[in-house]
Amino acid sequence: MNQDQIVALLAVTVVTGTPLIFAAIGELLAECSGVLNLGVEGMMLVGAVSGFAVAAVTGNPWLAVLGAMAAGGALAAGHALLTVTLGTEQVTTGLSLALFGTGLSAFLGKPFIGIPNPVPFRPVPLPGLAHLPILGPVFFQQDLLVYTSYVFIILAWWWIYRTRPGLHLRACGESPETADAMGVDVTVMRYGAVIVGGALAGLGGGYLSLAYTPAWTENMTAGLGWIAIALVIFSTWNPLRLLGGAYLFGAADALGFRVQLLGVETSSILLRMLPYLFTLVVLVLINAVRRHSPVPRALGRPYFREE
Amino acid sequence: MAGAAPFPEWLEVVAIRGGAGMAALAVGAIFLAATGHDPWRAYREMMIGALGSPFAIEQTIIKAIPLMLTGLGVALAFTMGLWNIGAEGQLVAGALAASWLALTASLPTLVMLPGLILLGAAGGAAWAFIPAVLKTFVGVNEIISTLMLNYIALLWVDYMVFGSWADPTAFSFPYSRPFPPQAHFPVLLGDIHIGLVLALIAALLLAGLLQRTHWGYEIRTIGASLPAARYAGMRVRRNVLLVMAASGALAGLAGVGEVSGVIHRIQQGISPGYGFTAIIVAWVARLNPWAVILVAVLFAALLNGGFVIQTAGVPAAIAYMIQALVLFLVLASEHLLRRVRRRRALSQTRAALQVGR
Repeated sequence: MNQDQIVALLAVTVVTGTPLIFAAIGELLAECSGVLNLGVEGMMLVGAVSGFAVAAVTGNPWLAVLGAMAAGGALAAGHALLTVTLGTEQVTTGLSLALFGTGLSAFLGKPFIGIPNPVPFRPVPLPGLAHLPILGPVFFQQDLLVYTSYVFIILAWWWIYRTRPGLHLRACGESPETADAMGVDVTVMRYGAVIVGGALAGLGGGYLSLAYTPAWTENMTAGLGWIAIALVIFSTWNPLRLLGGAYLFGAADALGFRVQLLGVETSSILLRMLPYLFTLVVLVLINAVRRHSPVPRALGRPYFREE
Repeated sequence: MAGAAPFPEWLEVVAIRGGAGMAALAVGAIFLAATGHDPWRAYREMMIGALGSPFAIEQTIIKAIPLMLTGLGVALAFTMGLWNIGAEGQLVAGALAASWLALTASLPTLVMLPGLILLGAAGGAAWAFIPAVLKTFVGVNEIISTLMLNYIALLWVDYMVFGSWADPTAFSFPYSRPFPPQAHFPVLLGDIHIGLVLALIAALLLAGLLQRTHWGYEIRTIGASLPAARYAGMRVRRNVLLVMAASGALAGLAGVGEVSGVIHRIQQGISPGYGFTAIIVAWVARLNPWAVILVAVLFAALLNGGFVIQTAGVPAAIAYMIQALVLFLVLASEHLLRRVRRRRALSQTRAALQVGR
């Protein structure tokens, strides 16, 4: 591999990492508030199909982004209703959401199979930064949604760890009783985090159908939603570490699809196993290395004041 | 007891599920109508396609077999609080193991059939053993590890059917060579293969194991309360390994049934998500083995109905949507009921305290 090829691979890595960044920040937000939402895969798929449908019908890419986010958020609202208001078991509820989203996206997506996206997001080089050596082509000759993901990462980190509402959010995830005593409305906070989280998962899915592929195919997430959940564990609930993790996974994914373009002779099918194997290996490594994972202590526990 | 059910518990359980099923169909109808389909006609066609003729019923039962086996496997794991979301991959691993034997060994039927069954169960068990080992010895959460292994198993099928098992006459279609006749499961009635017998035996054994043996008692205790089980000196690690393997073995049997009993080869997409539907089947059946059999038949009818109405232009995914909605609504109504009762009990206690003062 020469330098150009490495740069090309790294640029693809940033693209493949982007849907993971969106979905994983969303999951991180929900988990910080104390709600585990395993429905990421379903929310991403519904986001992907809704975004695509809006793009195909209106021809407006930004409306499509909104559509993807609204669809993901709507599904997440269902999760919040069950887990926060009714106190259902979060794992089971999240699984049923993942399955529902998968079915719903396939149902809604039937008429859109095989249609190209009329308004895909295309790379827009950032003036000034795009011509930096290596960093330019890797980070700053991407589409606008990739730039949005950089902003979201910094925003998420700053909001969660540097602002008062962020502190309240974490309090809901660590000890809802304390948060309640501080005057934080735990229910509102959790609803907000889960719904915004779902909107971000929807955006992650939308990135696939609006920028990455850009088309709709059934089950196009192919496990990215689950990898996003693994990524949150890997990040120790820190958005900045999540960024690095997303690109590591993105690299595994990119390798799977691009190694052959670089002239390496291997089975493409075996290479497509890479992101899944990589996820397994990473989970093993972090569990072997880290004895105490900083999981939000109230993660998975419903909170009702009167009991 | 305050807020006691006005009718027996089992009736309430059935009523909630029946109500959830109806409500899920109603929501499905809204989606159908909103996408320009006639819901009434779609449901009628689904019904006829699933149960309207001997052939339809036969096809429904054939689809119920893998749902029963994977559903039982998932129910076993869930009973112990193990989140085995990997039944799909374990099914595929069982199918791969059985296909290896069917495609490479030439054995008489009497050796081949038991060999397929044993090897398929072993394949599923081995695939489930990986996350079990990772959980017990490294502490890796089984939800994500079992899911990742699903994708790997599915890709492995692709690798085999495009590679050394490819059917040379299939023009690069994702099929393996056909199985030799010795590797075909015997049929009971029509095309219903002996996988049905395996599933019923599995339900019988599982129900007996869980309700009548000490091991079953351990499994239930670990599922109900891990600290209590540890305190009682139960060997949790050993049980995680054993139960995951048994759960995977059941899913593996489902895989053998599909390749040896239905398609007589291995191909891409041997399962339309049976291993995932199994999760819903197990929960809706409250992890009860006999209820799993019943729910599997109902859900197979829905799948088969969905399959049939595709020809009328209605996406088959309507069946998956409805199934997930049933679980969602069952969870919602059970917890709604629980919360209403708890509130009522609380207010009654408060009222009683006021009176006593």
